[in-house]
Amino acid sequence: MDFSSLNPVALAVSLIVAATPILLAAVGELVVEKSGVLNLGVEGMMIIGAIAGFAVSVDSASPWLGLLAAMLAGAGLALIFGFLTQVLLSNQVATGLALTLFGLGLAALLGQSYTGMKPPSSPRLDIPVLSDLPVLGELLFRHDFMVYGSIALVFGVWYFLNRSRAGLVLRAVGENHDAAHSLGYNVVLIRMGAIAFGGACAGLGGAYLSLIRVPQWSEGMTAGAGWIALAIVVFASWKPWRLILGAYLFGGVTILQLNLQALGIGISAAYLSMTPYLITIIVLVIMSADRRRASMNAPASLGKIFHASH
Amino acid sequence: MWASRMLRLEPRAQPSSVMRWLTPLLAVGITMIMGGLLFAAMGKNPFEAIKIIFLDPFFHETFGPYSRSQLLIKAGPLILIAIGLSIGFRANVWNIGAEGQFVMGAVTGGAVGLALYPADGVWVLPLMTIAGALGGMLWGLIPAILKIKFNANEILVSLMLVYVSYNFLAAMVTGPLKSPDGYGFPESRSFTGVESTHLPMIYEPLGMHAGVLVALVAVIAAYVMMERHLLGFQIKLTGQSPRAARFAGVNPSVIIAVCLGISGALAGMAGLFEVTGPAGKLTTNFPVGYGFTAIIVAFLGRLHPIGIVLAGLLMALTYIGGELAQLSLGIPAAAISVFQGMMLFFLLAVDVFVNYRLVWKVVK
Repeated sequence: MDFSSLNPVALAVSLIVAATPILLAAVGELVVEKSGVLNLGVEGMMIIGAIAGFAVSVDSASPWLGLLAAMLAGAGLALIFGFLTQVLLSNQVATGLALTLFGLGLAALLGQSYTGMKPPSSPRLDIPVLSDLPVLGELLFRHDFMVYGSIALVFGVWYFLNRSRAGLVLRAVGENHDAAHSLGYNVVLIRMGAIAFGGACAGLGGAYLSLIRVPQWSEGMTAGAGWIALAIVVFASWKPWRLILGAYLFGGVTILQLNLQALGIGISAAYLSMTPYLITIIVLVIMSADRRRASMNAPASLGKIFHASH
Repeated sequence: MWASRMLRLEPRAQPSSVMRWLTPLLAVGITMIMGGLLFAAMGKNPFEAIKIIFLDPFFHETFGPYSRSQLLIKAGPLILIAIGLSIGFRANVWNIGAEGQFVMGAVTGGAVGLALYPADGVWVLPLMTIAGALGGMLWGLIPAILKIKFNANEILVSLMLVYVSYNFLAAMVTGPLKSPDGYGFPESRSFTGVESTHLPMIYEPLGMHAGVLVALVAVIAAYVMMERHLLGFQIKLTGQSPRAARFAGVNPSVIIAVCLGISGALAGMAGLFEVTGPAGKLTTNFPVGYGFTAIIVAFLGRLHPIGIVLAGLLMALTYIGGELAQLSLGIPAAAISVFQGMMLFFLLAVDVFVNYRLVWKVVK
């Protein structure tokens, strides 16, 4: 066993790369849940984003178009969920599951001819001067642009939810949709907007997987990332900044176990591959155990059906 | 002031029981149309494709006999798992990790069989079945206990455990359960190669193995429990009105444990039957997603035992017909999972008519 081959800075960098797709999906789902809607279809929207982004990037040779396509595909799938749950008043849990099952199948179908291909490389964003700093430069200033984008998105969502009028309206809808309705807000429209945003974020997270992190397309490549994003929203107690902590924690465990596998420490690779999922369960348990604290930030109308009687 | 008329949804005083049974048929019909469009978009003849999927498994001269013999082999595990899931779904206990319980049942039950290898005796398979049911039940009770003790969301925990179980299976077939005569391949000994661990086939032409009989017993038992037994009433009450259930003295923790325990045990048994019959041995490719498809079966069957039998048969048909369509038209297997996913989508969409009706209404 030789731990000296592990470079902490390189580990930290790959941790961030592993965490980013989940962070993107989680920040979208946080907005959806803040509006009072529980969309369990994150996994399905992510994988649709992964294949849409990959296919369009390969065909157009432009990663930008790919990312745009991923967002549109994720949002499009999310709007099916939105139509079913908001207009046709279907059960959100069942519809979210349907979205995941449908998305996984559709992505596999669309991806048939893209297996084994290589996507065009995405532009990196090395910040001049700062990226040349020892250690810190590599750690903080030499990432692809999506890493910075995901942090900016978290900031944007925090600002929107806590400092803008529109964000307060969205939260009001999530806390008490009947009250928001009687104040004259269009509950369904606001929720549809949130759902579409969540879908776009999940799609973007999926595209990050297939275009930057892996980068390749393979069937079922999200491997539960969407579900982990859902767990991280609970972990974060619906607070945007804490999403970063949750996602990076998960990224850290993923990278650590991958490196331990490569080192061959005598534990079967299969046991090491379990750890990210086990850690997610443990974290979920810890965060949910204190019922009072766990429910403090949870939107009160989460998952409830809204039907305006007149 | 002006008034206009527009289409609105109006709540029904009573959920329509006609619609409850009509909507699944409607959903299947719409799926056929939309699926046909999907096949057409892929450049295949839609009518041909739908005929191959839904009729050829029964009537095709060359493939028919084989297809018919696959019908119950595929429907059995789907029905067995979906019956368990439906009990939980009625109580708003969302076990979506049946796939993991299926795998763990196969592993624990299979391990017992391998430990006894090459024991002879009619008691071996029943013992394995019990071990499989226990394995699945314990795996299902993990999210139950974490929900009861720590309030952790059972949807996320049970789903995470699916991925854990996949890896556990991989660890087992490359480690303790690896076949000593397998030339190093990651797979267990064959269960079908030894009489005592081979699931007996009861009626070959329809693929009815002993596991299908157990599934039918489970269907009847679930029907009796849900319709005639206090526990079934308490489960339904918890789902419809948790507060009322509490006032009636129902302990929600018990309901959670019962629902996840039963569905885990049934999924575990399904896994054991799969590995001792159709699959034949434990490999990493052994799970094929029955645990997830069973969710569709449960909903399509209206969470009702009889409905689940019909939905399970229909879903088995799409698997078999899908394989035929793959052979003769080159429609990829993934198209069939899209097809199955669509069915659930359309069901959830048309379900609105159970509780609401469309009316033209004057709005001011």
